[in-house]
Amino acid sequence: MMDEQEFVIDVHGISKSFGSKTVVKNLDMRVAKGEIYGFLGPNGSGKTTFIRMLCGLLKPDKGFGTCLGYDILKESDRIKPHVGYMSQKFSLYGDLTVRENLDFIARMYGLKKCRQAVDECIARMGLETFRNQLAGNLSGGWKQRLTLASCTLHSPKLLLLDEPTAGVDPGARRDFWDEVHKLAAEGITALISTHYMDEAERCHRLAYIAYGDLLASGTVAEMIENSGLATWSVSGKNLHDLSEKLRDMPGIQQVVAFGNTLHISGKDHAAMEKSILPYMSESFRWAKIQTNLEEVFIHLMQQVRNV
Amino acid sequence: MKSEFFSPGRFRAVVVKEFIQMRRDRLTFAMMIGIPLIQLILFGFAINSDPRHLPAVVLSADNSVFSRSVVTAMHNSSYFNVLRSVSSRAEAQQLLAEGEIQFVLTVPEQFGRRLIRGEKPVLLLEADATDPAASANAMTAFREIVSRSVYRELKGPLADLLPGEEPVTLRIHADYNPEGITQYNVVPGLMGVILTLTLVIITGLAITRESERGTMENLLSTPVKPIEVMIGKIFPYILVGYIQILLILTAAKLLFHIPMRGSLPLVFALSLLFIAANLTVGVTFSTVAKNQLQAMQMTIFFFLPSILLSGFMFPFRGMPEWAQYIGQILPLTHYLRIVRGILLKGNGLAQSWCHIWPILLFWGIVLTVGVKRYRRTLD
Ligand SMILES: Nc1ncnc2c1ncn2[C@@H]1O[C@H](COP(=O)(O)OP(=O)(O)OP(=O)(O)O)[C@@H](O)[C@H]1O
Ligand SMILES: [Mg+2]
Repeated sequence: MMDEQEFVIDVHGISKSFGSKTVVKNLDMRVAKGEIYGFLGPNGSGKTTFIRMLCGLLKPDKGFGTCLGYDILKESDRIKPHVGYMSQKFSLYGDLTVRENLDFIARMYGLKKCRQAVDECIARMGLETFRNQLAGNLSGGWKQRLTLASCTLHSPKLLLLDEPTAGVDPGARRDFWDEVHKLAAEGITALISTHYMDEAERCHRLAYIAYGDLLASGTVAEMIENSGLATWSVSGKNLHDLSEKLRDMPGIQQVVAFGNTLHISGKDHAAMEKSILPYMSESFRWAKIQTNLEEVFIHLMQQVRNV
Repeated sequence: MKSEFFSPGRFRAVVVKEFIQMRRDRLTFAMMIGIPLIQLILFGFAINSDPRHLPAVVLSADNSVFSRSVVTAMHNSSYFNVLRSVSSRAEAQQLLAEGEIQFVLTVPEQFGRRLIRGEKPVLLLEADATDPAASANAMTAFREIVSRSVYRELKGPLADLLPGEEPVTLRIHADYNPEGITQYNVVPGLMGVILTLTLVIITGLAITRESERGTMENLLSTPVKPIEVMIGKIFPYILVGYIQILLILTAAKLLFHIPMRGSLPLVFALSLLFIAANLTVGVTFSTVAKNQLQAMQMTIFFFLPSILLSGFMFPFRGMPEWAQYIGQILPLTHYLRIVRGILLKGNGLAQSWCHIWPILLFWGIVLTVGVKRYRRTLD
């Protein structure tokens, strides 16, 4: 028997249309407690829309399910106090200072020791120097950090983060992910949408959606395994010519340049090997390598386009 | 749980936030103070018209052919609409103070007999002259109406009374505003107009601004309730409304020497109702409008009938009936009467009540619509 508490997000058949356009189609998602769940997909695939439905900002047209054990359709008032939502677009008050913004949020969630909580949060996120600066005047990355601070202020049980690290420098991104892992160890669940592959690899599980459809989900290893892709890397001279020649050969689905190497991947292993055999000469060094996530995602996206 | 429906803490937080934002938005703040001053100067003049069918009652102690003839003639002149007779002076005074009627005609005892005897009895016409434009023409016409109707009745054996001087002594009292100074009427009215304009506009922008800047998304994801947001947004502007009232009343006293007969605390107390009603209209507009421009347009849509049909621009009774019906719905109409009543007539709470409940009703309806319309989701 499944324990209800085990799945923090447990929704089925969620659909949403804007006018005649269906943006999320019949989506199922289950996220277990303490899991960091990565949510990926091309632009306009419905990630933001789906996350908004989870925290009660949009009403699903169809579907049912629970979030933190509460019905997402009827009990969004009970869900909200335990969720930290970070919107894709900066949505704090630009004409309030960093401190005033955090104060406001703390009071919205009815925190007991407001001042203390805000001070701690400012210290933890390294916002001291900006404490009295208008939020609207912060740089993009610092705005992101402030938003992140504001949505963890009330110790939520579930984090819904919509592209939390867009425009954030690598150091701060690493800090952010370390923080998320620390929170996850404490039992906090996180659903995070992102376009960065390195971030996807730091998630426990992933879901990939394109144009409203859930195409794949699972751990990183499962996603790579299930894609059935094999990948070769090749290095040598005149790689550009080689890539032009290989691109339309049977069995070859992707040819991507990485500096001085090319990655060539495809699903039909036999056909691919036959295609590259003529070029296995002295001038090129070939090696069979592990397929990476990006290749899996691009492959998934190509499949949708071809349908 | 108590906090399920309304949390004072969250309400307070919204109020504080609005105050900070108001303080930082210099231009809006300047506008809130600037508009009253500019309008006060612009509306220093009044607009005249020739209203007819003004409601009147008769307090008659005489049932002679003469007194009946005068009443009929008044009615036929189309200036007066003689509603009925009243039996006591107190009743007549009450109707006049409430603004139910504009005129009281008092016919003394034995008017007819004394007229025949050539004693020149007194006919008293009392007018509510708070709005001088509304009553002036009727008052002028009254003299003519009386002498004609009396002459008509003086025929046959009474004809010898005819050619001499006036057979009746006319006394006309312009109550409340004896000199007929239009500013007396305009300036208290202006207070209502200014409050309507600035408060509806400013709050109209309040919620649309949140959705336009994207801050609504964050606000909606917190546990805050619609009523907390709405009342929290209204509250700081109540204070602004009072600053405006103070400004206008001071100007009224110093620049225009408006008499202030009634109680100022009562003006302040009843203004709260009017301010709250207008702010609620603004917030409700902004829950319907998709952006700030639409909210602005809706405000103007509300403001124009308010200024035109409330009796501020044109005497209320000079307007066609359909316009009067619309005017009756608007809070400004009633607020004007309350303020003019208190300041110029010295009315108290009892006489103001008949204009208080329509504002309350209006407020209740708009607030309900607003809370219902407040979107709890982004779509
Ligand atoms: N309020 C709305 N009204 C109409 N269409 C909308 C609305 N919100 C989103 N859409 C449409 O829904 C689709 C999915 O949008 P959504 O923002 O969910 O995508 P996304 O996966 O978050 O994209 P991105 O990676 O660019 O953030 C888009 O085509 C968008 O135009
Ligand atoms: Mg998005």
